[in-house]
Amino acid sequence: MTFAEPPLVQASGLTRSYGAVRALRGVDLTLHSGEVLLVLGPNGAGKSTLLRTLAGLLRPQGGTVTVAGRRLDAGDHDARRPIGLLSHQSLLYDELTLVENLMLAARLYDLPDARHRAEAALDAQGLLGRKDDRPRHLSRGLQQRAAIARALIHDPRLLLLDEPFTGLDALAGDRLRELLAAHRTPDRAMVIVTHHAAEAWDLATRVGVLVGGRWAYEAPRPAELAPFHLTYQEVARG
Amino acid sequence: MGRMLRLVITIAGKDLRLELRSRTSLLSAAVFAVLILIVFNFARDPTAISTIDLGPSVLWVTVSFAAVVAMNRAFNVERENAAFDGLLLAPVSREVLYLGKYLANVAFVLVVEAIALPLFVLFFNLDIAHALPGLLLTLLLATAGFVAVGTLFSAMVVRTRFAELMLPILLLPFMVPPLIYAVKTTVLLFGARPLSDVAEGLRFLTLYDVVFITLSVLLFSAVVDE
Amino acid sequence: MTADLGSARAIMRRGALITGLGLVGIGVVMVLAIGYTPVEINQGPAQKIFYVHVPAAFTALWIAVPATAFASLLYLWLKDPRLDRFAAASAEAAAVFCGVVLSTGPIWAKPIWGAWWTWDGRLTLTLFLFFLLLGYQTLRAAIRNPLERARFSAVISVMGLVLLPFIHLSVYLWRGLHPKPIVLKPSAPSLPPEMLKTLLIGIACALILYVGFVTCRYGIQLARDLKESADAA
Repeated sequence: MTFAEPPLVQASGLTRSYGAVRALRGVDLTLHSGEVLLVLGPNGAGKSTLLRTLAGLLRPQGGTVTVAGRRLDAGDHDARRPIGLLSHQSLLYDELTLVENLMLAARLYDLPDARHRAEAALDAQGLLGRKDDRPRHLSRGLQQRAAIARALIHDPRLLLLDEPFTGLDALAGDRLRELLAAHRTPDRAMVIVTHHAAEAWDLATRVGVLVGGRWAYEAPRPAELAPFHLTYQEVARG
Repeated sequence: MGRMLRLVITIAGKDLRLELRSRTSLLSAAVFAVLILIVFNFARDPTAISTIDLGPSVLWVTVSFAAVVAMNRAFNVERENAAFDGLLLAPVSREVLYLGKYLANVAFVLVVEAIALPLFVLFFNLDIAHALPGLLLTLLLATAGFVAVGTLFSAMVVRTRFAELMLPILLLPFMVPPLIYAVKTTVLLFGARPLSDVAEGLRFLTLYDVVFITLSVLLFSAVVDE
Repeated sequence: MTADLGSARAIMRRGALITGLGLVGIGVVMVLAIGYTPVEINQGPAQKIFYVHVPAAFTALWIAVPATAFASLLYLWLKDPRLDRFAAASAEAAAVFCGVVLSTGPIWAKPIWGAWWTWDGRLTLTLFLFFLLLGYQTLRAAIRNPLERARFSAVISVMGLVLLPFIHLSVYLWRGLHPKPIVLKPSAPSLPPEMLKTLLIGIACALILYVGFVTCRYGIQLARDLKESADAA
């Protein structure tokens, strides 16, 4: 596929070590708007580290990340604006109500009319009725929905998801898949880190397998999942 | 600039709301302060040392210990559900994050002081009405100083194994200079010295505040950005 | 970084050698102090501890602590782990020298002033410095992640360095004295040549000891870091 505009995300030469554990050993990544990258790999391969680096939560020791034309840098806080993260933690304060949590997020992203935006975001997840409840009074599935509402409230162009299907039952998983499919528009991109390719296969346009901090495989998504499993076994053996 | 201020207030407001809902830290700090005051009251020999002489030290020991207890909460609350990541992800500068936390912490410690001070006056039977304006100013300046350092350090110790113990260990040397000046100034105030005499102490406290607030703001990014 | 256990051990050996040299030097200084230098008129033989006390204080305050703080600042900028190792080694050396100052101080003070501890301005500053250094070590011991440990140690050292002048000012206020510069001039304005020579030799030996300690400690830290990452991998 060729693209007209510059990529939404451009990362090159990303390295990151913890002591002498090298979590990322020179990772490149190019993602255009409209693409969805599925990141697979064995435990400890560096998937979460990669995601957090793309989110601007970790500074790479080598290499750079550019999102929407701006380099992610400790000094440039505005560069983080187009990024949204859905991780397995909800990022919600237990002692604030859902609407208060979302209003806080809205204000942090300078959205006008925070209350209105917060309620709309909750409504989109079917949570408007629970807006005055606190996160700990919700089931895991509903907490995940609240976390999604928070992650999407500022309409991020780059959505990063760290094992979003973990702990979700089949129904909640389906719902999340539908939501992500709806979110996938030509001006947005997603990176989904997951353990199970099947969970997000249909959404993906590219697939990457990270092994030992490097891409062992990175290509447009093959048509069929079943044959890909074999490829994955070979490649993940490292 | 306006945006910065608005964000600082948003973050400080969030912290205040969280604390008002759970009240654990505020209560522990206040109870702690009251306990210290009571112990001091019973531990002294009223015939040997006059309350006017002992008073300033008692007040400031109470204030500093209670402040450390109150400050421990600052980053503990951010650990639940990795909420702090939400703040770090946002297009908000680290300086603004620090200032929001700092303001909220100053507010908490001032509340604890507002509880401790009347009790102090009551237990020790002191007539310090004349000293009140100067004393309040001293309390404000000294609090601003050690909360600045405490906010930075609590961000560091929150992930260590003995966080509640680490904070006082690291913080106490930093509290000594403002405490020395605060106690000296309080002694002068209780002795009904005019404000001009205490000016030197207030100047020092202000200098300490300016230096350490600035330094803490600058170093906060080194602490929270991995 | 291609350092390995072999080079770490080599560094430790070199450090041990230099330390040995320094210790021999201190031994020489003590002999000189007892035999060669004259007895001071006012203070008597107790004054001779000055030849150990002053070099230790000078090395701690003017060499070890600034080196730690400077290496920490550079680390915050460059993120080189070697700077962190050096800062940690220098901080430990500083703590040792502070310990020497704080133990020789009372030994000097008791016969002369009649009390073990007098809250003398300079000694009190050294005491606080010692607490800061202990805090630094405690913090380092409590953090497992080496990157975090390096960053946080650096932050604490910079804050500690800025705190020192404030402690100096406030301790002098507390004592009701006007701040004096902390230049370690002996009590008399001019020293007889034997005293001066011995003092200078003492300072040189303290510096050699400092280099020895830091080298040795750096080697130990390097070996530990290598082992830690070998375990993790």
